[in-house]
Amino acid sequence: METDKLQQAGNPNVETASKKTKTTVPGHGDGSKGTVGDIKAADPVMSATDVNVYYGDKQAIRNISLEIGKNEVVAMIGPSGCGKSTFLRCFNRMNDTIEICRVEGDIRLDDEDIYDKNMDVVLLRARVGMVFQKPNPFPKSIYENVAYGPRIHGLTSNRTELDEVVQNSLEKAGLWEEVKDRLDQPGTGLSGGQQQRLCIARAIAVSPEVILMDEPCSALDPIATARIEDLIDELRKNYAIAIVTHSMQQAARVSQRTAYFHMGELIEVGATEQVFTNPRTKLTEDYITGRFG
Amino acid sequence: MTEQKHSVDTNLTAQRVRSGLARRYRLERWFKRFGIMAVALGLSFVLVLFASIGGNGYSAFHQGFVRLDIKLDEKVLDPAGSRNPEVIGKASYRTLVRNTLFDQFPEVTSRSDKRELTSLLSNGADFMVRDQVMASPELVGTTHSFWVPVDDEIDMLMKGYIDRNVPESDRRVSDRMIGWVDQLEQGGYLESRFNTLFFTNGDSRDAELAGVRGALAGSMLTLVVTLLLSFPIGVATAVYLEEMAPRNRITDFIEVNINNLAAVPSIVFGLLGLAVFINFFGMPRSAPLVGGLVLSLMTLPTIIISSRAALKAVPPSIRQAALAVGASPLQTIIHHVVPLALPGMLTGTIIGMAQALGETAPLLMIGMIAFIVDVPQGVTDPSTVLPVQIFLWADAPERAFVEKTSAAIMVLLGFLVLMNILAVFLRKRFETRW
Repeated sequence: METDKLQQAGNPNVETASKKTKTTVPGHGDGSKGTVGDIKAADPVMSATDVNVYYGDKQAIRNISLEIGKNEVVAMIGPSGCGKSTFLRCFNRMNDTIEICRVEGDIRLDDEDIYDKNMDVVLLRARVGMVFQKPNPFPKSIYENVAYGPRIHGLTSNRTELDEVVQNSLEKAGLWEEVKDRLDQPGTGLSGGQQQRLCIARAIAVSPEVILMDEPCSALDPIATARIEDLIDELRKNYAIAIVTHSMQQAARVSQRTAYFHMGELIEVGATEQVFTNPRTKLTEDYITGRFG
Repeated sequence: MTEQKHSVDTNLTAQRVRSGLARRYRLERWFKRFGIMAVALGLSFVLVLFASIGGNGYSAFHQGFVRLDIKLDEKVLDPAGSRNPEVIGKASYRTLVRNTLFDQFPEVTSRSDKRELTSLLSNGADFMVRDQVMASPELVGTTHSFWVPVDDEIDMLMKGYIDRNVPESDRRVSDRMIGWVDQLEQGGYLESRFNTLFFTNGDSRDAELAGVRGALAGSMLTLVVTLLLSFPIGVATAVYLEEMAPRNRITDFIEVNINNLAAVPSIVFGLLGLAVFINFFGMPRSAPLVGGLVLSLMTLPTIIISSRAALKAVPPSIRQAALAVGASPLQTIIHHVVPLALPGMLTGTIIGMAQALGETAPLLMIGMIAFIVDVPQGVTDPSTVLPVQIFLWADAPERAFVEKTSAAIMVLLGFLVLMNILAVFLRKRFETRW
């Protein structure tokens, strides 16, 4: 009840400013009354339904539902503080590490409730990898960075297999050629872009089903960014990817679907091309045309 | 119009800034000078301290020895010719040593004069001759030159601490003894040598025989106990409180109490140790074990606080990175957080150990102030520690203990320097950059 009220109060533009034809769209998300567009993915791997997140008394996410599908990149855009990162972190329960954070709602990975008592966080995070805003390689060798995940999960039985996994991951992350001769050197000695690709290699070394990326290029220069974007497109073949980004060009370039967040709500979601060329709500239009945000 | 006004304004800004610039820089210069002065003052205090300790103490590292050419008569030492150490050890070396000295000064005949003459030698002289003969029994039957320490008063005379111009009645050494000393010196029988006794002996009532070995061993044993107890407990506590414990009133309360414990006067810990470890648990008095326990209590807050600070300084991104690849909280802590925090933890531990090394008050309470001659062999043997030894010697009336006190301080400082070098080495060894 209260969330409904808040939704109406905090999101008047959807109802009033935009044309009626824009708001009533067939296949409108179930449960999330405020969201315009189709929250469904063609082949969903993870699905969030009616997610609310609170930091203490403050509500950061209001009633958001969204699916992340196989072989697709979902971009989450929106102004700072709109809750997109918070929402992203719900998918691998990284919000658990924040003591005052409380998550309500239903998030499923292959139809398993990830907030269920029986769901193990360690297992979940092995299945849902994450890449952070700032490259955060371990202060260990390049090899150890990539090998860490497979090693703690016992994914490989001997050194040769582990070597293979490391090489494979680094190749997929497009870093192998640059580092193959110095695997024993510290990962922190690489350049920013290389570090971020190392973090991606580290994430894919445990063969997750989903990769979450929280503004992975915001600390990188345009050349490094372009490389990561190519990489994301490449990774889409094998993984479901959700990416939070502040760069609308990036969202347009790498994603198949785009979700626009505003003030803790999911305003609009749809095929990237449609969202950028023909946004259905005024808020989205204002944001992507640069009129605010 | 507006442009003109604007340019006037910028001029005004520049003017104001310029007029204030000199003052700003002057303040900076003064601040710099003040800083340099403070550093210089601090350094000069340290230098004065070191100079005074070094000046007082360096002479303790050498000691006057007298050469005695003792005829090791087989008939006296080993009448049966068995060369059995037990037999050789039982002979009267005191007589041998004294007779050698009397032979050297045939003019000394009266009983009291003879007593005065023997007082030139250290009380330990006969034992040292005996030990040497027992160590090499083949000396029996020969005449061998032994170097034995002189009495501490004579040593003081040799080092020039006793003024010969003072009237005899006000002097610790009589004119006649000075004469004998001069005679020995001219004959080449008197020599100042490096004082190995200072490093190999325990405490003694005779200044010339007193050494720091016992106190050094006691300090080391105590510190080993302290380190073995306080490092694991302190680190475990810090890791639990910082990484695992929920933030609630209980943990807040614990945190406040740990911080307060760091400020508790150390003698209180001594009283606690006396009441709990000795009276209640019946542990031995004056033992490094109890000393280590008490010092652990004292060191723990230091280690916990510095370890927590080190853990806090580990960037959260590393924790997130580990958690995101699916490391369990414990794996995150053990594989990533603790190794990164280790240099800081070690620094805190070494600081705590250095404090413990210099601590005196709590150890007085548990009886480590006792006069103990033997070098402790284990943690339950009675012993004393370096700072307490310094305290004891500083209290001793003999002039010779003045230099011993300073020398013991030098040993203590040397110990501290070694510990700090170890700390720097460990820091460098475990430091990882990111």
